[in-house]
Amino acid sequence: MTASATVPLSLSVQQLEIWRGDRCLCRDLTFQLAAGAAIHVQGPNGCGKTTLIRVLTGLGRADDGEVRWCGYLREEDKADYRAAIAYVGHGNGVKLGLTPRENIEVAIALLAQSTPVAVDPVLVRVGLERQADLPCGMLSMGQRRRTALARLLLGYVPLWFLDEPLTSLDTAGVSLITGMLKQHLAGGGLAVFASHQPLDLRPFPVQSLILGAAA
Amino acid sequence: MKLAALVRRDLLLAYRRRGDVATPVIFFVMVTALFPLALSPEPALLRTLAPGVIWVAALLAGLIGQGSLFKSDYEDGTLEQLLLSPVSLELVALLRVLTHWLVTGLPLVILSPLMAMLLFYPASAMGMLIASLLLGTPVLSLLGAVGAALTVGLRRSGLLLPILILPLTVPVLIFGARATALASQGEPVAAPLYLLAAMLVLALTLAPFAIAAGLRVSLES
Repeated sequence: MTASATVPLSLSVQQLEIWRGDRCLCRDLTFQLAAGAAIHVQGPNGCGKTTLIRVLTGLGRADDGEVRWCGYLREEDKADYRAAIAYVGHGNGVKLGLTPRENIEVAIALLAQSTPVAVDPVLVRVGLERQADLPCGMLSMGQRRRTALARLLLGYVPLWFLDEPLTSLDTAGVSLITGMLKQHLAGGGLAVFASHQPLDLRPFPVQSLILGAAA
Repeated sequence: MKLAALVRRDLLLAYRRRGDVATPVIFFVMVTALFPLALSPEPALLRTLAPGVIWVAALLAGLIGQGSLFKSDYEDGTLEQLLLSPVSLELVALLRVLTHWLVTGLPLVILSPLMAMLLFYPASAMGMLIASLLLGTPVLSLLGAVGAALTVGLRRSGLLLPILILPLTVPVLIFGARATALASQGEPVAAPLYLLAAMLVLALTLAPFAIAAGLRVSLES
């Protein structure tokens, strides 16, 4: 977080090229994301949205190009970059043998910050206060998704990566996400999300990034 | 404190799936208990075979469940979160293996004198049996975890893990069984025990890096 204290937050991707097998998922992908703005990654199934997001988080490997966080190459300070991002992917990262409360406590342990976080308000916010002490294996898919989303509310992490955040959520869940994203952007956060459904984040600027099927 | 929360998580999960967790220990008890029935009730024969039987059973019991060490974390996305967290993956991996050993390996070591008695292993050498297993089984766990990390992303990797890992475990098996056999004959066991201890130090130092690298590679695709 040292870099982010002095430099304005920004994510910049330059000439990113990603191949999987003999398929080129993107080439010369260049974009800039400033504080308070979001990118909506769109495209048909199998076009590489998940792969792109995984590459941006650092989980996946890019074949060419660079990702800069606040002007610095992300490889220069991996720990700083990891402390600055949150990722909710297809795998929820929720242990079915643990309750939502226990899952959230583990997520707190994995945060960079060491300030204590109150779990109960977060559970109320994601609407799981009544299920807080049931094993996640007994909860519905939507409720598991909400447990995963609770990770985003544990502290201030500036850059969010959300891969199909709306999966298995009900309408209340969709407005929960919209509210969370708006609050995040209002606080100067950045977000990259992939979704087939439109998300209304007005008045915040949302760029669309459309990945083609087989380029 | 952060790491304590992760250890607590692993212990809690193990406690909630205690049936699965107990499988290696039950396997160890079954195999060692069946040998006297299948071979002969002759004490002299069983006493000679005891070190080999106990060590082979402990090695194979250790392999059970090794494959699933990171599997559920891989499938439910927890591994991605661990990789992306600022907490050192090497340290997390080491703690995971040690917790796994604590709930599967340690009960096996504790039960081993009982099983050794069934095989007429001399009571005077029990201390050395326990010492050799205490030094050897964590090495087996660490080696198994390297294989588990490398194969976590593969479907149907059931037999691949033992094939990868068994050659590496042979030295532990040789020196562990040797120490146990020497102890039962009243011979000095310092040499094989020191070698086991050296292997443990080596595995504790290097395996976490290999495990973390394996996990990173497995998640890259």
